Amino acid sequence: MNGIHDLGGMDGFGAVVRETAEPVFHAAWEGRVFALASLALAAGLWNVDAFRHAIERLPPLDYLRRGYYGRWLCALETLAAERGVVSAAEIESRLADPTARPVPPAARPSAPATLGARRERTAASRFRVGDRVRAANRHPTGHTRLPRYVRGRRGEVALVQPASWVLPDANAHGRGEEPQPVYAVRFAARELWGESADPGAFVHVDLFESYLEPAAAAAVGDGDGHG
Amino acid sequence: MADDALRTEALEGLLVDKGLVAREAIDALIRHYEQDVGPMNGAKVVARAWTDPAYRVRLLADATAAIAELGFGGPQGEHIVALENGPRAHHVVVCTLCSCYPWPVLGLPPTWYKDPAYRSRIVREPRRVLAEMGLALPPEVEIHVWDSSAEIRYFVLPERPAGTGGWSEERLASLVSRDAMIGVAQARAPEPIDG
Repeated sequence: MNGIHDLGGMDGFGAVVRETAEPVFHAAWEGRVFALASLALAAGLWNVDAFRHAIERLPPLDYLRRGYYGRWLCALETLAAERGVVSAAEIESRLADPTARPVPPAARPSAPATLGARRERTAASRFRVGDRVRAANRHPTGHTRLPRYVRGRRGEVALVQPASWVLPDANAHGRGEEPQPVYAVRFAARELWGESADPGAFVHVDLFESYLEPAAAAAVGDGDGHG
Repeated sequence: MADDALRTEALEGLLVDKGLVAREAIDALIRHYEQDVGPMNGAKVVARAWTDPAYRVRLLADATAAIAELGFGGPQGEHIVALENGPRAHHVVVCTLCSCYPWPVLGLPPTWYKDPAYRSRIVREPRRVLAEMGLALPPEVEIHVWDSSAEIRYFVLPERPAGTGGWSEERLASLVSRDAMIGVAQARAPEPIDG
């Protein structure tokens, strides 16, 4: 989805501000949210792609305002309710009266969690290092890891990553894993940002095979006209 | 909306009471990421690569395996790629879509890495952002930004500072900051000796 999370290339956020001697967690609840999110994945309550998508689905103002672990907390509440694990009403009632009381045990997922996204590659990869490719100009309304700033842009395969990788676009929505090869594609800054961009800057983006198509050598502006 | 601490407590209590997570597991994970995992792990990898040429070759060929040799691995480390900085090309890592980061070698990411300013700008005007962050690179040095948009995780092998010949791995590791392994800084130069 074309959400606020897809930040690459946006203006207006100002300087990068670094905190000195920053703690791992700024408050105890941040650590607890981090651990809860990790353990929910390990328990197979949902997968990491659904979790990332739940963060992306936050209203844009909330996304910007809540901070990193605030976003994680919202995503946990969203998924817990959607998956029937903990309802919003249960949370509100626990907030009103924090004393623990018996709750019906939740059904654990029947399938064990498959952690990690790396899968054995069963077919040859379509592209090789050095191939010219174009990122699809595609705007799915669901989850994707194809950033807006590379859509329709041409680059070159810099690395063919080993193995195959669970496709987030499918896995986030319960449509299976659809593992695919992943490529680090190198884009010249000028291809992404226009003629005024730094001629000595390049951006490498890890893209799933189905995000890519061969770039026609004769495409407008390609210049060399062969190959 | 109640504040984040109260909401977290409510959610945690419900997940624990429903038998889905255990408090001990929560406590153990927090301890692990506060104490055992962090940039000190990556600094050991870098110092080893600076002192052991065969290890450097293995690290650049298969960083996941080379990092595992030092005992590091785990979530967000399924496949790690080490990017070697040099006088002609400088590498820097980001995740524009969320905040993907190589936990086994760097721990959990700092706030600036997760904030919109870095994520939006480093892909668009990397030389300027690096200069603002104190790393001025001349125009002849290529800048390669790596956007971790899949499950591959990147970290930077910085250049070894001059004047560190004969140093032990432990002493070298003290020069390697988290920021140098993200690529927004160089490794620290040794303190000048008086006189």
